[in-house]
Parts: sequence; C-alpha cells; structure tokens
Amino acid sequence: MPLPVLLPLLGAAGALLLAHHPRAQRALSLLVLTAVLAVSVALLVMADADGPTAVAVGGWPVPLGIVLVVDRLSALMLVVASSVALGVLLFAVGQGAADRDEDTPLSIFHPTFLVLVAGVSNAFLAGDLFNLYVGFEILLMASYVLLTLGGTAPRIRGGITYVIVSLTSSLIFLAAIGLVYAATGTVNMADLAVKLAELPEGTQVLLQSMLLIAFCIKAAVFPLSAWLPDSYPTAPAPVTAVFAGLLTKVGVYAIIRTQTLLFPGGALDDLLMWAALATMVVGILGAVAQTDLRRLLSFTLVSHIGYMVFGIALGTTAGLAGAIFYVAHHIAIQTTLFLVAGLIERQGGTTSIDRLGGLARRSPLLAVLFFVPAMNLAGIPPLSGFIGKLGLLQAGVAEGSAAAYALVGGGVVTSLLTLIAIARVWTRAFWRPPTQSPADDTAAAAAADAGPTGPASGEEDALVGAGGEAGADGGAADGRRTARAAAWRRHTRVATAADPDLAPADGAVQALRPLPGSMVAATAGLVAVTVALTFVAGGLYGLADGAARDLVERTPYIEAVFDAPAAEETR
Amino acid sequence: MTPTVVLPVIIGGLYAAGVYLLLDRSLTRVLLGFLLLGNATNLLLLSAGGPAGLAPILGVSDPEDMNDPLPQALILTAIVITFGVSAFVLAMIHRSWRLVRQEVVGTDEEDRRVAARKGTDADELDPDDLAPGDRPAGHADSLHTVDADEGPEDIADDIDLPAGAR
Repeated sequence: MPLPVLLPLLGAAGALLLAHHPRAQRALSLLVLTAVLAVSVALLVMADADGPTAVAVGGWPVPLGIVLVVDRLSALMLVVASSVALGVLLFAVGQGAADRDEDTPLSIFHPTFLVLVAGVSNAFLAGDLFNLYVGFEILLMASYVLLTLGGTAPRIRGGITYVIVSLTSSLIFLAAIGLVYAATGTVNMADLAVKLAELPEGTQVLLQSMLLIAFCIKAAVFPLSAWLPDSYPTAPAPVTAVFAGLLTKVGVYAIIRTQTLLFPGGALDDLLMWAALATMVVGILGAVAQTDLRRLLSFTLVSHIGYMVFGIALGTTAGLAGAIFYVAHHIAIQTTLFLVAGLIERQGGTTSIDRLGGLARRSPLLAVLFFVPAMNLAGIPPLSGFIGKLGLLQAGVAEGSAAAYALVGGGVVTSLLTLIAIARVWTRAFWRPPTQSPADDTAAAAAADAGPTGPASGEEDALVGAGGEAGADGGAADGRRTARAAAWRRHTRVATAADPDLAPADGAVQALRPLPGSMVAATAGLVAVTVALTFVAGGLYGLADGAARDLVERTPYIEAVFDAPAAEETR
Repeated sequence: MTPTVVLPVIIGGLYAAGVYLLLDRSLTRVLLGFLLLGNATNLLLLSAGGPAGLAPILGVSDPEDMNDPLPQALILTAIVITFGVSAFVLAMIHRSWRLVRQEVVGTDEEDRRVAARKGTDADELDPDDLAPGDRPAGHADSLHTVDADEGPEDIADDIDLPAGAR
C-alpha cells in the first residue's frame, strides 16, 4: 500500500541520477507513473471489495505511528490523480522532445514532477493529520520548483505570491495540528474522530475552523482564492495543467476528510454553503471578464471548486457523492483544458483571446479537442459535467433549506456563465477570421532579435501606445515594438492579400509551428478519458456513492485503522 | 511541574511580529516574518506536549517523568521543512533581485489591465480609436498607416482594396 508514495520518490531519485540521459529519464518517469496507476487501480478494486484498509508503516502501534489508509474515496482520488499525472507527463515529454527549450529544463522537471505525485499520493493516503501535512509540504515544495521553472521574471513574480500564500496556509495548518494535539493528545485521524467529539463545543469549532481555513486556502475557496488566478497562468502549460487538476483537489479532499471524519456535527456547514456560493459566482464573474485564456480557465477552476464545497457543505450522502464525482470529473476536465490551452498557445502564439483567431480553420483537430472538454466543463447534457452538476443540484433540492436553494440557483447561474465564458473563447479564438498571423509574429520577433529592422517613424509613433504596455524596461520594449511593427506590416499584407479561402496558399499562414504528435496524442487521450467518464458515469457515480456512504458512516474507516496490521505483515 | 507562562507569551509575541512582517511588501521582511511564524508554531507544538519533563529516553529517566516525545518528533520534521522552504524563498528573492532589481511582491499586470479596461467588448469598440496594432485585420485605415512601403502621403480610400490590386 505505501507503493504510490514510495515508487515516485524512488523514481525521482533515479531520475535525478539520470539527469544527463534525458531519454532514460523520460522512460523511467513514464514507467514509474504507469506503475503507480496500476497500483492505484488495484487499490481501488481492493477498497471497493473489502472496504477501508490500513497499514501501520514502520511497525509502531496504531495511534502513535504513521498509518496509511485506503478507502474508496482515497483510492478513487489516487486513480484519477495518477492517470491525469501520466497524461500530463506524456504531454510534457512530447513538448520537451519537440522543442528542447530552456524554459523547461528537463533534467529537473521529471524528478520534481515525480516528487509532486508522491506528495499528492501521500496526502490522499495519510491516516493522520501530521502525515497529511507532510504530504502537503512535499507536493507544495515540488510545486514551488515547477512553478518557477526557468526562473523568468513573470514566473518569479507569480511564484512569489504562490509561495507566500502556501506558506501561510501551511503554518496555519501546522498550528492547528499543535492545538489539536494539545486538546486531544493524538494526531491520528481515526483516533481524533472519537476523541474530538468529547471536547467542549467551542474548542471543536475553533479547531475545525483553523483546519478549514488552511484547507480552503489550498483549495482556493473564496475569499481565500485570490492567489490562484494570479500565479497559475505564468507556469509552463503542463505544470499549470497538473496544478489545476491536482493541487486544489487535494485541498478539497482534505476538506472532505475534515468535515466527515473529524467534525461530522456540521457546525460550520452554513458558513461553507455561503462560501461555496460566493466561490461559484465570484469566480465565474472573474472568468467572464478575462481576455487571457489561461487566466480565464484559472477563474473557472476557482468557480467550480464552489460546486465541490457545495456538495460537502450539504453534508448528506447524496451531496458528498455529488462532490466526489465532481472532483473526479473536474480533475480530468480542468487538466485537459489547460493542456489544450498549451496547444493553443503553441499553435496561435498567444493565449490572449483578443489576438487569437481562425483556429477552427487552421487546426480543426485542436478545435475538437477544445470543444469537447469545454462543453463538458459548462455541463452540456450528455457529458459527465452535466451528470455531476445534476447530482449536486438534486442533492441540494433534497436538502431543501433556503441556503441550499440559493446554492442550487447559484449553481445553475454559474453553469450558464461558464458557457458564456467558454463560448467567448470559442467564437473569438476559433471562429473569428484570423486577425493576426502568429507565424509572422514569431518570425518578426526573431528578426527583431537579430537586429533593428528600422520601422517607419510615423508608424512607430502610432505603435507606442500598443508597445508601451509591453514593459518599462526600455530595451525589451523597443525590441518588442519593432517586432510588433514588423509583424503588423506583414500581417496586413497577408490579411488583405488573401481572403480566408486563399489563406492556406499563403506561405506565412502555412508556416505555423506544427503541433507535435505526442502532445496532441496526450491531450486527445485525456479528452477521451473525459468523454469516457460519461460512459462509465453510472459505475463511477455508484463508486462515489459508496465512498460517500463510507464517509458518513465513519465506523469502517475508524475500525480499519485500529485493526491495521504492521507493514511487514502485509507485504 | 507547573505549566510555564513564558512559552505562551513568547509564542504570542512571535506570532504578532511574524504576521506584521508577513504583511509587508518587501520580500526579505516576508521571509523574516515567515521564520518568526515558523518558530512560533514550533513552540506551540512544543507546549502542546504538556509541561516540561525529562528526556524521553528509556533507561535514563522514569517514564512517569518523561516529556511527551511525539510533539518533539513533529517539531523536528517541521523545522526541516521550514528550513528547506526558507532556502527556496531566499533563492527566489535573489532571483527576483537579479531579474528586476526588486525584492517586493510584484503587481499582477494582467489583472490591472483587465480592471482598467473600459470597453465591454472588442466588438463594440470603434476600430478608429484603437492603436493600429489592435485594429481588426482588413480595417480600411490599416492599409496605409501600416504599410511602410507606401509612405504616409498615400491616403486611404474608404474601401478595402484587395492587395492584389496594387
């Protein structure tokens, strides 16, 4: 059972040793993640058949030592997380093979990525609060490195925000652990589940709110979500994808555990409901206002965290089942969308939807890859997003309180606004006639790097307004302005010389960077997974339902932990 | 063995100073604040173990008088983590200084841009108000303003000329 944590850690060590053999490093990472996925699937099957099981690692007696617990929830999370991680790794390998750029130094990417997976697995399997903290720290530490890969100025800027916010939440979490230990004398979650109930109510609420604040920062629940759209979009595409898919969901997972296992009384459920409503609505309003695709997706990510918190706040089996299903669905869907955004950036040269255009004609495959998960995110009926939202809304209506109805309304509105935000991207980036040829842009930028091309002075004046936003540092701004001017000159020629039908005949438009097959294949694979989620939705929902029942019941989990055999015996 | 009042006072002081520093915009101060907060939290964990006792080593001291060893194990882990993270933050501050000669928390320019934007939609903007680089392709004025070969004296017509016609 400790394999999902051990394998990636060992793999990371191996990958670090192989730093000078990129090919072997790639093969090793892929192998390790495939193995993790296989183990996770085995664990899921086991947990589904036998209920929760626990292993005391290190052989210490149970309330003292470190316990790893697998129940349906954590096994399901593991499976989804490792499959998504594998998909992203394939994408990253494809990207690295395609353009060995200095932005993503591969030698450090693979070990860090594996450490990240180890941290995520550890957080999902942790049976005590402190191990959960360690899991968080492992994945955060890896994420700091991944977020600031290459150390360019925008990444450092975004990374600083991210690191400081994460540090603060970790400290709150650690302080909460200290208080929990002072109050109960244990950090084992199963033990806590029994002992916390004996505490005075005020102490319980204090501990619960401290833990929730820490987790809500990590999960980006409004009003603790402002850091996310600020820091995520700067990272390389595969990194943003895996962050968006996994990191916030680990926070959501921790919230689920806290709310069901540790504090089942539901003292703060009302507060959580309003937080969920605010998260959904504020997040999606932010998304509608954005013009950058990645930022837009980051805001929808925040917004859709609201759905999960909604399900958790309901506290009913149906609500939890909906939340769990939605987490699984959303991990896959958001990762896929960020990967597609990465492809769009490659193809279109930018992720600003004001400047993209005509992608549907240029790259129909990309359009399909974007369209399917985008519709899924918005919750268009046949797809799994619809099923998840429907489950949550039904659970909300069944609960029947005024707050629940407000949330149901908020959920529907959010879904509509998501559609609007997504439709803006679709019409602008894909259907609009091409407004700017990115091939020209890159070619011009290269030309500007090579030497000043001396644009006409009147034209340069006209462009100062446009180029001025590029940055305060003079040299770079100048270069960029030159590039822009040159790009503009060529682009008008292209755009006027050829009506859209003739465009393919024009050399400049044709000279787009081709999308590497492996990147497209990895993305297409994930899109297929998201579509497949629809077909297996019945089984998955049943699984989520079982997990939710386990959570509400609590006793199987607690019993499993106390009956935990020492690690040596099971292996 | 009565609980000491010194620890809570120190913890409180460290938390206050730490939070104050953390709210600063200068990264060095943020780092110092983080270190203070980390130490405060470690002390909190220490005091969570109850009143001070003897070293928890079997055979050296009587289990009755022993300190609770678990929080100490937790603190050790936390110290290591804090140490690693501090090193990373320092590296990042250094990098930020090298890159932009600043060690403050940066502004999110894109956010400012979106907030300052007036027009609700690009479709509603008059293309003539825009800088040429932002105008949609094929806009009448864009033909002469931009094509450097033509020279500024070539005044545009009101119709879009197909470029082949020139």
